Amino acid sequence: MNPQLFQLICFYAFGFVTVAAALSVITLKNTVHAVLALVLTFFSAACLWMLIDAEFLALALIVVYVGAVMVLFLFVVMMLDIDQEKMREGFVKFLPVGLIVAAAMLVEMLGLIGVRAMHAQAMGANPATAAGLSNTAWLGQALYTKFLLPFEIAALILTVGVVAAVALTLRTRGDARYESASQQVKVNPRDRVRIVKMAAERPVDETPAPPQESTP
Amino acid sequence: MITLSHYIVLGAVLFCIAVAGLFINRKNVIVLLMSIELMLLAVNMNFVAFSRFLGDVSGQVFVFFILTVAAAEAAIGLAVLVLLFRNRSTINIADIDSMKG
Repeated sequence: MNPQLFQLICFYAFGFVTVAAALSVITLKNTVHAVLALVLTFFSAACLWMLIDAEFLALALIVVYVGAVMVLFLFVVMMLDIDQEKMREGFVKFLPVGLIVAAAMLVEMLGLIGVRAMHAQAMGANPATAAGLSNTAWLGQALYTKFLLPFEIAALILTVGVVAAVALTLRTRGDARYESASQQVKVNPRDRVRIVKMAAERPVDETPAPPQESTP
Repeated sequence: MITLSHYIVLGAVLFCIAVAGLFINRKNVIVLLMSIELMLLAVNMNFVAFSRFLGDVSGQVFVFFILTVAAAEAAIGLAVLVLLFRNRSTINIADIDSMKG
């Protein structure tokens, strides 16, 4: 088969899966199913990126999104006890508005893109291969030279994100018992233990005890 | 033969689906967050396609940074969501009106 035709068939297959999965993300009743549909969307989008030789980003999308962000979403969805029925209120009410706005935006965007120009802008040769590199090396060379400062800032943003997420969800429960290391260190033995001097044995008391009065 | 327009049209379709999702799922914050992720995916799709079309690496580098920021945003957004649920026992947008905006 003609490889270009095969690529086109692959594009339409993956594109169809992407759009269908995206539609089910916004329409499925169960939120867990919606998250799983979003996983499918990201996966087929990664396949589409693979098709135009963006291998590193396709794999990064799978590792970062499917592997980390979507698992986080699933975790939160399953942790929260959500009333599914109540969440669906207003779905039908806002459906026409949403459809109209989305359709209007789509028509505008397609008008801007120009459907007539559909076959005028073929993708050229793979720029990474033209430079004699793999896609990852091509991306990495730009990332570590020209974009080094933004790269460092991105790392900083991730750190801030981690700290903020932990600081937001961290809580000290009132009924939990903690030990304070500083209090433990600065404690003085004299505050805790009182040593009492006393004779080793008491002298035997010779006088007999008074007789107990029996109560009726 | 795959052209630039194929990918741009796909990006536009994904973006519009995400906008429709914002409208019809107004009660569920989690689906709203997922719609935002879909929007970012649509934008990334355009960036990758243009990067390949123009033979410029900057587009793919930018997608890399968008992925970074989106991951941080999702983490903080979900943390806020968990905090909200812990304090109010709901994530329904209609019930979150204490600021009377």
